[in-house]
Amino acid sequence: MSTWVTVLVACALAYLTKLAGYLVPAHWLSGPRLSRVTALLPVALLTGLVVVQAFATAPRGLTLDARAAGLGLAVVALLLRAPFLVVVVLAAATAAGLRYLGWG
Amino acid sequence: MDERAEVEVDSAATTGPDHRKAMRGVTRQAWSVGVPTGAYGVSFGAVSVAAGLNIWQTVALSALMFTGGSQFALVGVVAAGGSGVAAVATSTLLGIRNGLYALQVARILHVRGPRRLAAAHLTIDESTAVAIGQTDPRAMRRGFWLTGLLVFAGWNLTTLAGAVLGNAIGDPRVYGFDAAAAAAFCALLWPRLKTVNAGATAALAALLTVVLVPVVPAGVPVLVAASAAVVVGFFGRSRPVDGGAEDGSAGAVEEEGA
Repeated sequence: MSTWVTVLVACALAYLTKLAGYLVPAHWLSGPRLSRVTALLPVALLTGLVVVQAFATAPRGLTLDARAAGLGLAVVALLLRAPFLVVVVLAAATAAGLRYLGWG
Repeated sequence: MDERAEVEVDSAATTGPDHRKAMRGVTRQAWSVGVPTGAYGVSFGAVSVAAGLNIWQTVALSALMFTGGSQFALVGVVAAGGSGVAAVATSTLLGIRNGLYALQVARILHVRGPRRLAAAHLTIDESTAVAIGQTDPRAMRRGFWLTGLLVFAGWNLTTLAGAVLGNAIGDPRVYGFDAAAAAAFCALLWPRLKTVNAGATAALAALLTVVLVPVVPAGVPVLVAASAAVVVGFFGRSRPVDGGAEDGSAGAVEEEGA
């Protein structure tokens, strides 16, 4: 798939998912187990994405480099209740600084 | 937008001091949520061009997809070398929660026709959270529309700024943009980690990803990690021990419809 196809198909599906919630009867997605699964889905996906983004190397490796250090500082910032943008900028600055010094 | 006009007429019809206070309160909330959320589109713009998308693809994602988590997910999978199918699947799975928000918001908004199409596009974490955080029905509607429109305006403007900036500065690794993407995912995850079930899901998802990255193609580990939600959802605790919000919802958004 070209990148444009990927982008446009994903956009269409994202919109249709939102619209579906306005069109289907609410009781379709009730039930405690199903609502637990749907509530936990973002947790599972985002965790997977954190791991891949911070530790994976192309094509199929795992490593500890400047990204891991950036992520570590991001976690500290989140523990201190820093806002989103501060967390992201701190992580970038940490990784950039370490690379400037020749590590990772 | 004509929605605003209707909200003003509504509020003129109900002029009690409590009602006016509720409307002022929700307006303040919408701005305090909308402006910072809109602003961090700059990080999405920069991360997206660093992942290899061009400026227009990046801008299209913010305008047409308009759900930050899925946007970051799509460019994250692309950056990791995953296939287009894996990128679409990951972003779509992450967007399922918007459909669940829509189920709840639909009961508040009562929209039809073009309004419904617009409301669907603005149905995201922030607009839903502000809407269902109100008790007055008119305040709920204003909260949804005002927050959604503020985030939409800010998110798109700052995405363009971030994409242009990111495009201009060369090798994104030098500026730590890859670490910024990891931190962005972590910050999106953070508010959802409030319960035992959410913690167990995250732990299982992390384990699955680490085990799978060396053995399956890029993009696939994250999709398999999604099964952690199914496992914990079916076999996990039915009630959180701390009495807090049910499972991994962001604030109070998702358990309202449970």
